[in-house]
Amino acid sequence: MLARTAENLFWLARYVERADFTARIIDVTSRLAALPQSYRGDGGEWESALAAVGALNAFNASFSEPTESNVVHFLAFDETNPSSIHNCLEQARTNARTIRTALTAEMWQAINSGWLELKSFEERRRSGEYSGIESILPFLEFVKSVSLDFDGAAYRTMLRNDAYWFNRVGLYVERADNTARLMDVKYNVLLPKSEAVGGSLDYFQWTSILRAVSAQTAYHWVYRESVKPWLIADLLILRKEMPRSLIYCYDNLARFLDLLGKAYGMQASSQRHTRMVLRRLENTSMEEIFQEGLHEFVTKFIDDNNRLGGIIAEQYLLI
Amino acid sequence: MSKTRFFDEMNGYGDEPRALYARVAEWLQRTPPEILATRRAQAELMFRRVGITFAVYGGNDDTERLIPFDIIPRIVGHREWSKLEEGLIQRVAALNMFLSDIYGPREILKAGILPPDIIYKNPYFRPEMSGRRVPHDVWVHIAGIDLVRTGEGEFFVLEDNARTPSGVSYMLENREVMMRLMPDLFSSYRIAPVDNYADALLAALRSVTPATARGEPTVALLTPGQYNSAYYEHSFLADRLGIELVEGNDLFVKDEIVYMKTTEGPKRVDVLYRRVDDEWLDPLSFRPDSALGVPGLMNAYQAGNITITNAVGTGVSDDKAIYSYMPEIVRFYTGQEAKLSNVQTWRCREPDSYKYVREHLDELVVKEVNGSGGYGMLVGPHASRADIDEFAKKLDHDPANYIAQPTLALSTCPAFIDDAVVPRHVDLRPFILTGSNGSRVVPGGLTRVAMREGSLVVNSSQGGGTKDTWVIEDTNLDAGKPDAKTPDSKNLDAKGA
Repeated sequence: MLARTAENLFWLARYVERADFTARIIDVTSRLAALPQSYRGDGGEWESALAAVGALNAFNASFSEPTESNVVHFLAFDETNPSSIHNCLEQARTNARTIRTALTAEMWQAINSGWLELKSFEERRRSGEYSGIESILPFLEFVKSVSLDFDGAAYRTMLRNDAYWFNRVGLYVERADNTARLMDVKYNVLLPKSEAVGGSLDYFQWTSILRAVSAQTAYHWVYRESVKPWLIADLLILRKEMPRSLIYCYDNLARFLDLLGKAYGMQASSQRHTRMVLRRLENTSMEEIFQEGLHEFVTKFIDDNNRLGGIIAEQYLLI
Repeated sequence: MSKTRFFDEMNGYGDEPRALYARVAEWLQRTPPEILATRRAQAELMFRRVGITFAVYGGNDDTERLIPFDIIPRIVGHREWSKLEEGLIQRVAALNMFLSDIYGPREILKAGILPPDIIYKNPYFRPEMSGRRVPHDVWVHIAGIDLVRTGEGEFFVLEDNARTPSGVSYMLENREVMMRLMPDLFSSYRIAPVDNYADALLAALRSVTPATARGEPTVALLTPGQYNSAYYEHSFLADRLGIELVEGNDLFVKDEIVYMKTTEGPKRVDVLYRRVDDEWLDPLSFRPDSALGVPGLMNAYQAGNITITNAVGTGVSDDKAIYSYMPEIVRFYTGQEAKLSNVQTWRCREPDSYKYVREHLDELVVKEVNGSGGYGMLVGPHASRADIDEFAKKLDHDPANYIAQPTLALSTCPAFIDDAVVPRHVDLRPFILTGSNGSRVVPGGLTRVAMREGSLVVNSSQGGGTKDTWVIEDTNLDAGKPDAKTPDSKNLDAKGA
């Protein structure tokens, strides 16, 4: 496969995943912000939404205050924000157009229809038909449906060869990053057992994390008890059955990178690096993670995950 | 203007549908305009979904437009098609022999058939190719030859496209849409399928692999990239052919061998189906500012390590000056008369023609030999006396720089415009594929429609649209004039006024 094609497949998956995650973050943040002040703590939820998607610095460069309308605009529509939903979908389509031959018709149609819908939504928005948070919610639903369509199309229609594997590798690198960032922003409310504080204040913060990753029901199936912060951390880091957990992402990365390595007849640095991260996740427990410090653990994970992106590029994408 | 002045694909010169179109006419009779409008909207939606758009430069969100699609098919009968097919294959054979000769022994110049300056001063002549042979002596692997019709059995070649003809994706996608939108009408005919085009193209490309290639040939399609107006077609074809769609940056040349950069390292390319013009192919040989090309590609080509399709230098065979000599070119190389007629062309470099043109300026279209895009052109029937006098001065100053043609009476075909079925002028571009085993024409082609009333301009850049083209296999639907003679083309004069 052309190196450029592989790179585009990898990034296409990342952009779609990122758009989806950003939509989820806006969604849960608007829910949280709608609660009475006494239930939601310091009121910095829009700021932490920015932090969760790694856009705080970029935001501060162009806005003075993280109000709801500023942040929603910046995360969803702002063309100066490279990770805005607008730019993710725009980039995804540009990438898809460049490598149409490597996509199935269904994948292309998912992306292209999504892009056309984005255009028409933005048109209606410009004409004043949409404003305020309520009108954004259908848009967020739409963005999530684009990622479902695209991902479903990839899963159902792609040949299981290197094109599919690069798509999956992009997806899981991005997803691992997103889950880790979400926890990094909320680490202060995800406390170890001994420090459990109880009370309703943090409850909504916890459930909003679960909501962001569509895991409320999953949580109850897995733990069969009320929402506890350390169990949320456990679910998102160490549970292999949770499709957004760090360990699930790395389990898959190891698998798909192995397939690539086998197909190309060479195991190299990306495979080794992935195994190393996966082993660390497999050989640890929540107690150890809390001992090390959740923040430290997650920061290190984000670094390692970024490094994996770089190693994959070196090994396969840049010749 | 009475509508019977032009030959109509459906009604001929009268009001009764030709046998070929009886079923379409009946379908149009019983289908209300609302239904036709719905079908048209569905078709548009299908085109948007698959993204079959062409780029328009300079716009913002509207940089991607659909070429208008008309839902009423253009139909070509079995016998009409067989004659066209023979003529097209003959013409392409002559083009290939001509190119082998021009870049080889130049017999045609020695025989005095063509004035040498028409070759040497031609901007598309590539001296780099002189003395070179190409694999299997095939230069024009993919040709698109534009035809117009003026009457029953009367087809003329308007233009040869021997460089990088485009439009075949519309031929294929239009068919796809028609089969889905009107299965009943479609199945009421026996329509020759077109979807084997990709297989035929791949077979032709693989057949011209260079002698130095080893193992399974690797074929790739070179595109200028996604901002090119025909990018959709490039990706569409690469997809159908199952070959890599490469840009200049994906390729590199080492030791006169062309490689593409892949996830498994460099991979040799044997046949390059390029959709990039000659002058952008290799910055070391042609335009040094080209970012679309591959440095060293021409070296690899000249060393015989890669086949470029269409070959470099084919442009010398398809411009206006050469066009006027095509009847002589066909005769010289094939020993036969051309089966497809040219539109009559007066070359003002010849005294008799010059005299005739000078006396009939108000009836003719006069063009500069190397002009394009309608610049420097006189359309006699539409010009004022003052325009004609003005143009006559330029013509007198340098007659050799001009050719003249009659105003053509292009046939019309019914089209559904706004909410009514109305006649609109059409042309036809069939595609001819040539490999080491000869040529074949996929039965069909791109029918272009001038969407504005009375307009003869079918170009998509000027708002022209397309139609599906049906070549009918049922022989009993052929027109009643089996051996309609090619008319004296002088009869064509000035019908388009």
